[in-house]
Amino acid sequence: MNKKTIGYLLLLLALIVAPFVGAYPVFVMKLLCFALFASAFNLLLGYTGLLSFGHAAFLGGSAYVAGYAMKVWGFTPEIGLVLGTLSGAFLGWVFGVLAIRRQGIYFAMITLALAQMMFFVALQAKFTGGEDGLQGVPRGKLFGLLDLQNDLVMYYVTLAVVVLAFLLIVRTIHSPFGQVLKGIKENEPRAISLGYDTNRFKLLAFVLSAALAGLAGSLKTLVLGFATLSDVHWTASGQVILMTLVGGLGTLSGPLLGSAVVVLLENKIGEMGHAIAGLSGIEWFNTLGESVTMVTGLIFVICVLAFRRGIMGEIIAFGERLRGKG
Amino acid sequence: MTISLPGLLSQLLLGLVNGSFYAILSLGLAVIFGLLNVINFAHGALFMVGAILSWMAMNYFGIGYWVMLLAAPLLVGLFGVLIERLLLRWIYKLDHLYGLLLTLGLTLLIEGAFRSVYGVSGLSYDTPDLLDGATNLGFMVLPNYRAWVVLASLVVCFATWFVIEKTKLGAYLRAGTENPRLVEAFGINVPLMVTLTYAFGAALAAFAGVLAAPVIQVSPLMGQNLIIVVFAVVVIGGMGSIMGSILTGLGLGVIEGFTKVFYPEASSTVVFFIMVIVLLIRPAGLFGKER
Repeated sequence: MNKKTIGYLLLLLALIVAPFVGAYPVFVMKLLCFALFASAFNLLLGYTGLLSFGHAAFLGGSAYVAGYAMKVWGFTPEIGLVLGTLSGAFLGWVFGVLAIRRQGIYFAMITLALAQMMFFVALQAKFTGGEDGLQGVPRGKLFGLLDLQNDLVMYYVTLAVVVLAFLLIVRTIHSPFGQVLKGIKENEPRAISLGYDTNRFKLLAFVLSAALAGLAGSLKTLVLGFATLSDVHWTASGQVILMTLVGGLGTLSGPLLGSAVVVLLENKIGEMGHAIAGLSGIEWFNTLGESVTMVTGLIFVICVLAFRRGIMGEIIAFGERLRGKG
Repeated sequence: MTISLPGLLSQLLLGLVNGSFYAILSLGLAVIFGLLNVINFAHGALFMVGAILSWMAMNYFGIGYWVMLLAAPLLVGLFGVLIERLLLRWIYKLDHLYGLLLTLGLTLLIEGAFRSVYGVSGLSYDTPDLLDGATNLGFMVLPNYRAWVVLASLVVCFATWFVIEKTKLGAYLRAGTENPRLVEAFGINVPLMVTLTYAFGAALAAFAGVLAAPVIQVSPLMGQNLIIVVFAVVVIGGMGSIMGSILTGLGLGVIEGFTKVFYPEASSTVVFFIMVIVLLIRPAGLFGKER
C-alpha cells in the first residue's frame, strides 16, 4: 500500500470523525460538494485539457432541477440526486456538441456564453424563483428509510456519495479511456493520427464532467435546502477554475485541496483581515472582508504568473526533485 | 401588435447604440487577440474604468465630458502598457487559457477595487450640454446624444479599420500577427508593437466607456455582463476580419433592439441564441477564417 493511498485513507478517516471533533457538519458538507465540483471540473481541464468556462450551468442547473423535483414534485432524495445528475449530463451533452466544434480558446468562450444564457433563463423562468431562488427544499428520507433531517445522517450520506463519485473519477482516469484523454491533452493531432475519434472522447469527458458537477449541485441543494442564482452565475464558473488552479491541475488531490482553500478563504477572509490588521496595525486590512473579489483576483494573477502547478502540483514536483527524478 | 414607425425607429437607434459598443469592444478584442493571442477578459473592466474615470473627473475635479473623451483612453492606454509589460508578457509562451485566466484575475482585481470604494449601485453621469435634448426629424424624434454615440463609434471603428487594412503601420501589425519572428528579422520592433497594440485595445475600450457613461448606468459592474455578450459577438463574427467584427457588433445590437420590441423576454438571450445557430451552420463564424 503506497504513500498516496495511505494519505487518502487518513483523509477519509479525518472526514469520518470530523463531526465528533467539533467541525460544523453543514460547513464540511458544503466543502465536500465543492470538492466534488472541482474534481469533476479537473477531469475536463487537468486530464483532457479542455477549459470550460461555463461549469456553473451544470452546478446551478442541476441544483434547480433537483430542488424542484424534491420540493414541488415530492420525490425522495435519491431520485432528486439522480434527476439532477441526469440533467447535468444532458446539459453537458448539449453544451459539448456545440462547443467542441471550435478549438482552444473559442471552446472556453462558447461555454461561457452558453452558461450565461442558462443564467438568464434561470433569472427569468418562474419555477426558479428568480432573485429569491428556490427555497425550502425538504431533506426527506433517503430510500424512504434514512431520515436526512438529522445533520449527522445527512453528513455520512454526503460523504458516501462524494467518496463514491471521487472513486469513479479515479477509476476513469486510470482506465484506457482516461489514458486516451491524457493523450488528447498532450498532443491531439497525434491521437487523431493514431486513429482515435478525439471529438467523441472529448464529448464523453465533457458529459461525464457535467454529470458529476450536476451531482455536486444536487447534493448541495439537498444539504443547504435551497438553490440560488449565484449557483448559475459566471463567478461560480470562475471559482471552480480557481479551485482547480490553486490546488493543482491534473492532480487528483489538487481540486480537493483547492476547493477547501477557496471555500475557507471566502468564509474566513473577514476574520483573517482583522487578524492581519491587528498584527500589522494597518487599518485597511479590516476591510478585507469586503474585498473577496479583489483577493480572488490577486490569487488568480499570482497563480498564473508564478504558481501554475498549484499547491499539490508543487508538492509533487518537489517530491520528485528530492528523489532525484526532476 | 401595433408599432408606430417612430417607435420602431427609436428602438432601431437604441439597438445601434448598443451595437456600437459591441462593435468597438469586439474590435478591440479582435485586434488584441490577433497579435497577442490573448483573450482579454479584462476588456469589460477597462470599459468600466473609462466610464468611472469620466465620472470621477466630473465629480472630483469638475473636468467635463469632452476632455475625458480624449483623456480617459489615454490614461487607460497607459494602464494597458503597464499591464502588458508587467503581467502579460510572461504568459505568451504558455497555453491560451492562461491568458484568459490572467485577464480574468485582472478583471476581478479592477472591479473589486472599484467596488470596494463605490459599491454596486449606479453613479449618475449627465449628458454633456451640447448634446442634450432631441431633434425632430419629422419621421422620428432623434435623441442627440444617442446619435452622437453611433456617429463617434462609426468614425472610430472605420478609422481603426482603415489604419489596420490600408496603412503601412497596419501592414506591420498584420504581418506580426502571421509571423512575428520574420517581421522582427526585418528590423521591426515587435515587442513594442505588441505593447502598443494592447494599449490601443485598452484605449478603445475606455473610449467606449466614456461614450457609454451618460447612457448606461455607471457602476463597477457595468462591464461584466457586457463582456460576455461581446464574447458571443466575437464567436459569431469570427476573429478573422476587422470589418467582420464591426458589422457583427452593429448587426447584433440592432437585432437585440428589435427583440426588445417584439419579444422582450428573449432580449437578454437572443445574442447567445444566434451564437448557437451560427455554431451549428457555420462553425468558423460569419466572417471567420479557421485559425
